[in-house]
Amino acid sequence: MSLFRIALRSILQRGVASMLTMLSMALGVMLVVAVLSIHGVVEQSFANNASLGYNIIVGAKGGEQQITLNTVYYLSQPVENIWYSYYAEFLPQEERDRLLANSFAVKSHEAAWQTAELQVLAGDGGLAGAALSLALEGAGLQLAPDARPKPEAAPKIEIGRNGKYGLMTELVIPLCLGDYYGQFRVVGTTPALFDDLVYDVERNRKFEFAQGRNFVHHSPEHGYFEAVVGATVAREMQVKLGQEISPAHGAPDGHAHERKFTVVGILKASGTPNDRAVFVNMEGFYLMEDHATPLTEEPAAEDAPPQTEEELKAAQTARLKKELEVLRAADPDPLPVEQREVTAILIKADPMIAIGLEGAVNGSHMAQAVLPVKVIYELFEFFVKPVQWTLLLLTGMICVVSGISILVSIYNSMSERRGEIAVMRALGAGRWTVLSIILLESTLLSLGGGFIGWLAGHLLCVAANPYIEARTGVTVGFLNWEPAVNVLSLLGRSSGSLSVPLELLLVPALVLLAIVVGLWPAVAAYRTDVARSLGK
Amino acid sequence: MLLLSNIKKSFREPDGNRLPILDIPTFAVARGEQVVLIGRSGSGKTTLLHTIAGITRADSGQVAIDGIELSTLSEAGVDKVRAAKIGYVFQTFNLLPGFTALENVLLGMTFARGRKDPARARHLLDRVGLSHRSTHKPAALSVGEQQRVAVARALANRPRLLLADEPTANIDPRNQQKIVDLVRETCREENVALIMVTHAPEVSGQFDRIERLEEINQVIGGDAA
Repeated sequence: MSLFRIALRSILQRGVASMLTMLSMALGVMLVVAVLSIHGVVEQSFANNASLGYNIIVGAKGGEQQITLNTVYYLSQPVENIWYSYYAEFLPQEERDRLLANSFAVKSHEAAWQTAELQVLAGDGGLAGAALSLALEGAGLQLAPDARPKPEAAPKIEIGRNGKYGLMTELVIPLCLGDYYGQFRVVGTTPALFDDLVYDVERNRKFEFAQGRNFVHHSPEHGYFEAVVGATVAREMQVKLGQEISPAHGAPDGHAHERKFTVVGILKASGTPNDRAVFVNMEGFYLMEDHATPLTEEPAAEDAPPQTEEELKAAQTARLKKELEVLRAADPDPLPVEQREVTAILIKADPMIAIGLEGAVNGSHMAQAVLPVKVIYELFEFFVKPVQWTLLLLTGMICVVSGISILVSIYNSMSERRGEIAVMRALGAGRWTVLSIILLESTLLSLGGGFIGWLAGHLLCVAANPYIEARTGVTVGFLNWEPAVNVLSLLGRSSGSLSVPLELLLVPALVLLAIVVGLWPAVAAYRTDVARSLGK
Repeated sequence: MLLLSNIKKSFREPDGNRLPILDIPTFAVARGEQVVLIGRSGSGKTTLLHTIAGITRADSGQVAIDGIELSTLSEAGVDKVRAAKIGYVFQTFNLLPGFTALENVLLGMTFARGRKDPARARHLLDRVGLSHRSTHKPAALSVGEQQRVAVARALANRPRLLLADEPTANIDPRNQQKIVDLVRETCREENVALIMVTHAPEVSGQFDRIERLEEINQVIGGDAA
């Protein structure tokens, strides 16, 4: 009969006590496995989110963490917006000209040209010359100044050229943030976010639609007011296709905008923060009340400011009336460029160019460029990993407590087992043999409990998989071995790599724990006074 | 086969004084010989058996089993000699409750290296008339059956010497003789020397060699264990 069998028999003999001890260890290991799985899910989720499909975010000057949290995760609050015309600097000529065409500056420029041409045709050379020279200064047409303070003055609106960084970018997507739908962020953007952005580069995946379609720039039935909702938003807010939604201004409990957007698409769960956002057409976003940047028009010489209270009230009423007309119009005109701002610009550029582009933007004092993947990994390393390791440490301590229960269980049994040990010694078992039997018992209890815990932990993960997958996009299978660790680095070697699943380290850890906790009763067995314990 | 020379053993009392238990100038048992050891309670019979088995170390003197001097061996060495050459039958049987009858017999072989022999264990159980009870645990066996399993276990390693410490003390008179016969017959069959301690005159009367501990132990009037 082997020592293993003797130890096993001893465990079975104390069935209930052994089962309770193993259960205690199983619970500890189950928690460790669950925490490790969460560890893996978080890591995978971070990795998924780090694969953004773009490599630069441009936003207003501020902290790079804040820009990243705000833009990638829709957390935190944006500090400031940047000029729409600055966004146009990242576009090539054709697209830039098309967007800037809807500006006071370009329209005034065109009007000046028309006036000059008419005057030339009328034969008024002097005035024509003056008008022509005014028109020829087209590039110098001024943007009407904004009443609010800005970190930098808006760039002049010039057309007929590439954006300053237009030839360095492959994909440019603007984002406008600030509104909410329930607790979820509303993001004003362009259809390119879903049409062109490959968010999972490794698997060449774009965002997919579970129902409906992407919003379009302008549709015959909904104009500029179409929306797409993320999977989580659709589930939690019970949003259906065709439903009209009204974003709340500025905060979840802000006043609801009068303008409604029609939901035309519901995204499939992607495991990205986009599951938890509502996307509206940026053109519609600008047309909601309070979203237009106010203009302070320089009064014309013949347009004297209101002198009396009645004149002032009349002017305000006229302005409000005009705004309401725009607001209530079924299909209003897009907002002029001068009244537009964006919160952030997502830019995909060649990785070699991206570094230079980041430096160029940061040197311009107009905005700040951030490499989000770098920031995400910094956030992960500095904030998420310590929390994960703390959790792991806590569950490890639970295992140690479970280990102590093994000690208590075996030690309590020692008084009644002294006779058995003495018999074994009388039959020729050495002190080291009885010590080994007790350590084997401890190890079997520890590993047995560990196996049950491992099984329960993985079954728990499988049971929770639908919930996890729906919220993170990460699938947790029964044999999910994430995360892995480099054993050589754990052993203090700086070179080489031997990556094994962290869970596998549970086996030596449990054996070590069993030996440590089993040592005390084992030594008691070792020191058993055979003659005294034998009786007769 | 067994030779004790100048064995002295004492225990420390709570007041610090030494209480002498054994003082045996010489005691020998030949191969296959059967000896019954009698003596009043507390005369040191069990201490003598423990000393022969190496469970208790003598303060001085020599214990030689099959030519091997125990006092020259380490504790581990004594354990090996005990496992290989000595069988022990206790008054209280001392079967391990979690093990079946067969496993209890096999346990006797476990600690002697290279001697695991399930066929012999079954043969011994058959010899003691318990082949049909081999899978029963001690709690399911009668007192007499338990002691028979203990005898089989003691003989499992083909020992040269069997020490039986009042093996019939807890057994009803009807089974006493069966156990004595079984022990003596199996020892005879296997040419095993036997030292049996007993208080029962009807048992001691069956032996050719009867040793009174008071005669071989020079601790006169000792309050031995």
